[in-house]
Formats: sequence, C-alpha cells, structure tokens
Amino acid sequence: MSDLRVPVGLLPLALREVGFRHGDQDLLKGITLQFGSSGKTLVMGPNGAGKSLLMRLCHGLLRPTEGSIRWHGGGRLGGQALRRRQAMVFQRPVLLRRSARANVEYPLVLQGVSRRQRRRQADAALERFGLSALAGRPARVLSGGEQQRLALARAWVMRPEILFLDEPTSALDPAATKAVEDAVLTFHEEGTRIVMSSHNLGQARRLADDVVFLCRGRLLEHSPAETFFTAPASAEAAAFLRGDLVW
Amino acid sequence: MESADNAFITAFHLIVSMDPVLTGIVLLSLQVSLSAVLIATLIGLPLGAAVALWRFPGRGLLITLLNAFMGLPPVVAGLMVYLMLSRAGPLGQFGLLFTPTAMVIAQCLLVLPIIAALTRQVVEDLWKEYAEQLKSLGASRARAIPTLLWDGRISLVTTVLAGFGRASAEVGAVLIVGGNIDGVTRVMTTAIALETSRGDLPLALGLGLVLMLMVAAVNGAAFLLGESARRQAG
Repeated sequence: MSDLRVPVGLLPLALREVGFRHGDQDLLKGITLQFGSSGKTLVMGPNGAGKSLLMRLCHGLLRPTEGSIRWHGGGRLGGQALRRRQAMVFQRPVLLRRSARANVEYPLVLQGVSRRQRRRQADAALERFGLSALAGRPARVLSGGEQQRLALARAWVMRPEILFLDEPTSALDPAATKAVEDAVLTFHEEGTRIVMSSHNLGQARRLADDVVFLCRGRLLEHSPAETFFTAPASAEAAAFLRGDLVW
Repeated sequence: MESADNAFITAFHLIVSMDPVLTGIVLLSLQVSLSAVLIATLIGLPLGAAVALWRFPGRGLLITLLNAFMGLPPVVAGLMVYLMLSRAGPLGQFGLLFTPTAMVIAQCLLVLPIIAALTRQVVEDLWKEYAEQLKSLGASRARAIPTLLWDGRISLVTTVLAGFGRASAEVGAVLIVGGNIDGVTRVMTTAIALETSRGDLPLALGLGLVLMLMVAAVNGAAFLLGESARRQAG
C-alpha cells in the first residue's frame, strides 16, 4: 500500500498545441512548451496576452479547448488529486471569513489531516512567513501585503510540487513586494517549481531562471532569462523590454 | 366592555404572574415555531446551496417556484396541509390533523422557501468570489457547501430569522391544521384572534405583548451574534 502511495513527481508539465477559444476569439493558440522539474519561470507579456489564462489552464481550473496538457507523473490522477499537489496564488487572494490560522488550516482540512497535525503545520507555516503574531486575527482585516503572505502560507502547507503565482505583487507596495519575492525564493529553495506571471521587469530580472513571453495569445519566446533580457528574439519582446507599448 | 387601560393592566398582571393559560400558549407557540424553523433550516440551507452551485435541467423553474412560495399565503399552505392530513388525504392514516405536529408541518412549508431561496442568493454570490480559489485548494463542489454556508453565516442568520418571523407571526396555517383547540393546539396568534373576537382583551393583549417581546428578543440576540461574528470574521 505505502509503495503505491509514494508520489511520483508530477513534473515535467508538457503543453502541446494548447488553445483556448471563447466565443469566436482565440485567447490562446498553439502553445507548445514544457516546464521542467525545477527552476523559476516568469510568464511575461502585455495585459491581455493570456498570462493568467495560461496559468489557469496549467493548474486545471480551466480546460483547454484545443491541444493537451500533460503531467508527466500524473498518470491517472483526476483533476482534484492533481490540484492538491499544486498550489496557486492569485493576484487578489480569496481568504475565507475566518482567522488567519483557520485559513492556513483549510487545505489540510480538505485533505483530512488530523486537528492536532493541522494546527502544528499551520503554526509552522505562519511562523515561516512572519505571520505568527496575526494567527488569531480575522484574515479579511489584514493588510494587502499580509493577505498575500497568508495566501503563500496557505499554499505552503500543501507542500506543492509546483506553485503558480498570478501577478502576486501587482497591488502591493515595495516592502510587501519584497516579502512576497522572498517567500517565492523560500518555496524555490524547498524544491517547489515556480511559475509566476508579472509585468514588472525588475521583478522578472530578480527572479527568473527562464522567461515565457506571450503576446496576443501566442507564445513568442521561451528562453533562459539571460538570453531573453539581453537578446530577445522577437520584435515584440524587444519593444516590451524597452518599455514601449506592445499589443 | 372594559376600557383599554384596564385591559393593559390586566394583561400586564397575566404576564408578570405567569398565568398558566398564557404560559401554556406561549410555550406551545415557541415549540411549534422553533421546530418548524429548525427543520426548515436543516433542509433549506443545503438545498439552497445545492441549487446555487449546480446547473441542472429545471433549475430556473425551481428557483422561480422557491421565490414564488416565499409569498405563499399561510391559509393556502394550511389548506394544502389540511388536504394531505385529513382522514381522506394521502397521509390521513397517521391521524396528525389538529395536532402540534400538523402545525409544525404547515409552518415548515411556509418557512422552507424563504430559507432556501435566500440561502441560494447568499451562496451564489459567495461562490462567484470563492469558486476558483476553493477549486484550486482542492475542494469539490459538494465539499464547498459547508465552507460557503459557514462563510455566509452572518447573512444566513438573518435568513433564518426572517423564517422565524414568518412562522411566529402567521395565523392562517396553524388555525386550519391545528384547529385552535384549547390546551392542545392553541398558539399565540390563534388565541389573540379568538380572544379579541370574544372580547377578552386582557389575554389577547398579554399574548400580543409577549409575542412582540419574543420576536424582539430573538432579533436582538441574532444582531449581537452577527456583530460578534463580524468582528471575528472581518
């Protein structure tokens, strides 16, 4: 029994000709790319390029209308079992109307972890992200930066193999942004695969190992960060890096 | 006929001295209405949440029906239950007509649509906000129901209260299926109607005062509960 339950790594994640159509509009089309088992990928591109959509498709919140998304080690796992080994942090985290600690415990409740165990893991996660003092506070009254760190702590207790972050710092001030970036590095150090969207170039330079560049629903580049920032292959990416308007 | 002043004083005496007739009526009223609300809540909360979360054929019709039944006239509800429970009716063999149980059933029929319809609204709004996040955390739709009900608790308390208000205020349904039998099925509203028409104003007034106090107390308690929950939940 225990042998069967040892999880095989989900990664790599392979997308083949993935497209998403809404009405008569192709919001994403022909995306073929692979996320390897380690590293930090930054998904970049102008607004409306399809960054959030791409991550929602990868995370399984939406189904592609074309193509396939395959977890190498996913086997026959269903959507829910797959999602429990991943986590996603949204631009605006949805926190439950409960205490900060109860929010962190929630995914463990879903997994049937015992009360004592939950409490221990939640407290460790809160401590790790500097939220111990706020454990008993209602999550909804925390500041934006604290809420985002709480969302990260909630993701942390899930021990995800891969963490998707959808512009997690776009509504935060520099100090809170720094805290989120540190948290991302903490995940990275523990071996979690990072896929994060951002349109903040400075942030991308600080964090990226490789960059996926989307524009108007197409994948224009997937290259190592150094290559992308110094010698972008597409005119759109070059313009984007110069700070020109691209669409 | 007594003057209204005298009636007030006598009514006050009845309440303060815990007159056994008055107390018996008050207790039975509470028992019937609270049971009806409890049952309607146990059915209505999950029912409303399920209608909010799932799309199925006939869903629109069900929502329309629930909304329409929120305004079901109590006498009509009473009549429907009467037909079901009367000796010739489909449930006649149980001999429930003119018992408190029949009154609970009738009030439940009145309260259930209110709780289910309002719960659907609350949960549907909450689901719009929560759906993606809960799915991401690994919650199934069925598992999301208790989460959403708990997170909507502040609004849902008001919903249940609206149900209690309807149950404790209505006359028609309990009159028809209960029969207003002295000491068996006489509740506050039916007693008030009867005593007023008989000219026994003190008892009617006394009951009226108790009824108002009761509803005020329940609402006050719910308000305080809501406030403390709001402080806790943010």
